[in-house]
Amino acid sequence: MSLTTVISPAPWRLPRARVIFSALGLLIGGLMVLPLIWLVMRAAQADMAQVIGMLTRPRTLQLLINTGLLVVSTLALATAMALPLAWLVSRTDLPGRRLINVLAVIPLAVPGYVMAYALIGLSGNFGFMNQVFGVTIPRLQGLPGATIALALYTFPYIYLNLRAAFAGLDQSLEEAARALGATPREVFFRVTLPHLMPGLMAGWLVVGLYVIGDFGAVALMRFEVFSYAIYIQYSAAFDRVYAAWLALMLIVIALSVVWWESRLREGAHFARTGSGAGAARRQLALPRAGQALGWAFAALVVLASIGLPIAVLSFWMVRLDDLPGVLPELFRAFSQSLSVAAPAALLAAAMALPVAVLAVRYPSPLSTLINRLAFVGYAIPALAFALAFVFFSLHGARFLYQTHLLLVTVYALSFLALALGPIRSALYQARPSVEESARALGHGPLSVFARVTLPTIRPGVIAGMVLVFVIAMKELPIAFLLAPTGFRPLAITMFSRTSEGMLMEAAPYAAAIMAFSALFVGFVLRHDKKS
Amino acid sequence: MNTLPKALSFKMPAEATPLGYRARPAKVLLEVSGLRKQFAHGDTPAVERVGFSLGEGEMLALLGPSGCGKTTTLRMIGGFEVPDAGTITLRGRDITRLPPEARGIGFVFQDYALFPHLNVLENVRFGLRKMPRAKAEARAREMLALVGLSGLEARKPHALSGGQQQRVALARTLAVAPPLVLMDEPFSNLDAAMRVETRQEVRKLLKATGSAGVLVTHDQEEALAIADRIAVMEAGRVIQIGTPDEIYLNPASEFVASFLGRSNILRGNANGMRVDTSFGTLPLSRAANGAVNLAVRPEQIMLEPDPAGPASVVGREFRGHDQLYWVQEGERCMLVISGPGASIGVGEKVRLRICDCVVPLT
Repeated sequence: MSLTTVISPAPWRLPRARVIFSALGLLIGGLMVLPLIWLVMRAAQADMAQVIGMLTRPRTLQLLINTGLLVVSTLALATAMALPLAWLVSRTDLPGRRLINVLAVIPLAVPGYVMAYALIGLSGNFGFMNQVFGVTIPRLQGLPGATIALALYTFPYIYLNLRAAFAGLDQSLEEAARALGATPREVFFRVTLPHLMPGLMAGWLVVGLYVIGDFGAVALMRFEVFSYAIYIQYSAAFDRVYAAWLALMLIVIALSVVWWESRLREGAHFARTGSGAGAARRQLALPRAGQALGWAFAALVVLASIGLPIAVLSFWMVRLDDLPGVLPELFRAFSQSLSVAAPAALLAAAMALPVAVLAVRYPSPLSTLINRLAFVGYAIPALAFALAFVFFSLHGARFLYQTHLLLVTVYALSFLALALGPIRSALYQARPSVEESARALGHGPLSVFARVTLPTIRPGVIAGMVLVFVIAMKELPIAFLLAPTGFRPLAITMFSRTSEGMLMEAAPYAAAIMAFSALFVGFVLRHDKKS
Repeated sequence: MNTLPKALSFKMPAEATPLGYRARPAKVLLEVSGLRKQFAHGDTPAVERVGFSLGEGEMLALLGPSGCGKTTTLRMIGGFEVPDAGTITLRGRDITRLPPEARGIGFVFQDYALFPHLNVLENVRFGLRKMPRAKAEARAREMLALVGLSGLEARKPHALSGGQQQRVALARTLAVAPPLVLMDEPFSNLDAAMRVETRQEVRKLLKATGSAGVLVTHDQEEALAIADRIAVMEAGRVIQIGTPDEIYLNPASEFVASFLGRSNILRGNANGMRVDTSFGTLPLSRAANGAVNLAVRPEQIMLEPDPAGPASVVGREFRGHDQLYWVQEGERCMLVISGPGASIGVGEKVRLRICDCVVPLT
């Protein structure tokens, strides 16, 4: 053997499965990003002077301030609800902790726009408060209204993250701090809180992105933030170029939040470093007064987040005189929601599979890129994402404009990250040796994927599909911009009736959405129990 | 397809059929030469210039500490890693770049890698997809009978004990009658008692079906017990190949001498077949010249109580069938194994005598 054959690397032969998965992954990544080009192109139709004019408009500045205010106030209010609840459930012996634990997640079943509907339904002459208690309260709107509606709906995300952080926190660290002379207060701020920060920030990221992208609640509360302005520009003012610029700014804000969060997380190291066994969980024994206080707080949060929408909805439902007459229309809206949500769930899972396989089985810079791209649809606010697809289908792919297929595809792309999570963790748990032994038994890579990998990760795939399905059932902004003419699913019907002040007529749709979202919560709770 | 014996008795150890030291096997099955593999994240090659040949039906153990490249070598033979250089031939056919499924080599994984969604019978049948279904089923049942698991066909893998999972993995691999079975630490997930029993079963099973085996292990006792030949690896290279007896009695280097059993290392001045040491002039196992290091097994040293002796016992471990002594003589601490008879207490003075030929190390 000559020297060169020893040194030269083996001729590089790509496995076929890898080529196929990479091609699929690139296709999905391309679908995710390409439409944004049309958004940029639309924005570029303005000349420089116009752009500067638009960007420096006092209104733009106002939108920026309003968006920032809404994010900060929502995060503050949601954290103020979630942190004490998480502490009570994880760290005290409060009786009924388990019940509180379930009740704290249920508000996820009330989408932001339904929560806004409930708050609006409280007020006015014919509202709940006046009819039931004889007190007329002014219509809740603007920053306070939007903050309360969004915080009541989103605080469970922060709660779940905080509870996981409490569970992962090694209590011996706190005891070590006590032994070193720190007071309980110092321990909380110098040991406990820093360890809760990664979980808290993960929750803030989810909620922050949600608030930046939310459109239903802010539109009903008539609070002028970016997404509401895009909606106005698109639906009423028809200034498509300004809408494109607003969408771009919204994307920049969302991406900078993601970037900021990942930067903050990079420096953090909070894993246990010692190999000593973690101590068993200890619970603080609350005094009687503390228990009462804990229960009062939990009851207040539960009443506001669950009791309120249920009470207001029942109030309006009871007033509805012709319920059977509404049913056909309700059924139509429900089946239209179903007709996009079900195929979107299938498509999202099908797209997530190659992306997850690339990440777990074929790690490479390309796989990392494709996996980052897979999150684009989730990180970009839905209204801006949908607007990009409007421009794309108008100018790039006319045959797709206002089609059912486009709506399903955009749903799948937007919720791809949700399907990706469970599928990827199922793949991480599936041992590669199982696949390798199938190879050793004579099966090619594609046969192994179909006969071994897929059956092994089936629970993850189903979990991903259910998540996407339920979220797509209640989705509003994307449907709003991309729905084919005459297509009015549950969310759109309910939203347009509420915004026209027809609260009673909107009630059955809101109830249907809540009932369906409860499935989602049941699903979250089931998964929560497992982990 | 090989004909199978009706049943195997697993109680008696299989007879050893060692092949000659350094001799090429009579009928070469697998030929590995010049194998090299460097991973992207490593600064030195994981495997460097590894070569050996394996005869039909032979059992070879790749033995070495963790990180020595033995598993990487095995995975290259199995087709799960592509070597940077070198060739692998199976029955004269170059398989270096073939995908695993085209090699026809069996692989038994450390964690058994049973398919969790299939039952025992479906697991064993998995590799028989080219066979008609009825025939495949019959063959799978036959294999399960051979490993003593008849009656558990419908169980799912998670409902089996570790030892049973092991046997299913083996039955699944042997069902396709591979000429060669690769095993990556196959016994490390079993408890100590199961391990001793199972390794003889595995050896017997492979001998019965006529498959050759390459076994990766870091357990020297296991390698000595199961293999026809052992290849000792260190830092990516094979440093000695031979039968268990040869390697134990004639280690090539200090590393081999201390990795396979325990050894005392002495210094001496060799002259042909004799060597001068502080224990006097001793016979050598092979010729050497000049200053050498010598390996002396603890059981090659005699311990005599002697109040005027130059050495003293500093530690003792009673192990039932024998006793282990740590004996301090001047600067040097020697390890001595003696029979379970009269014991010598810690602190007593002794005299050491070497009563066998010693091994010069390179």
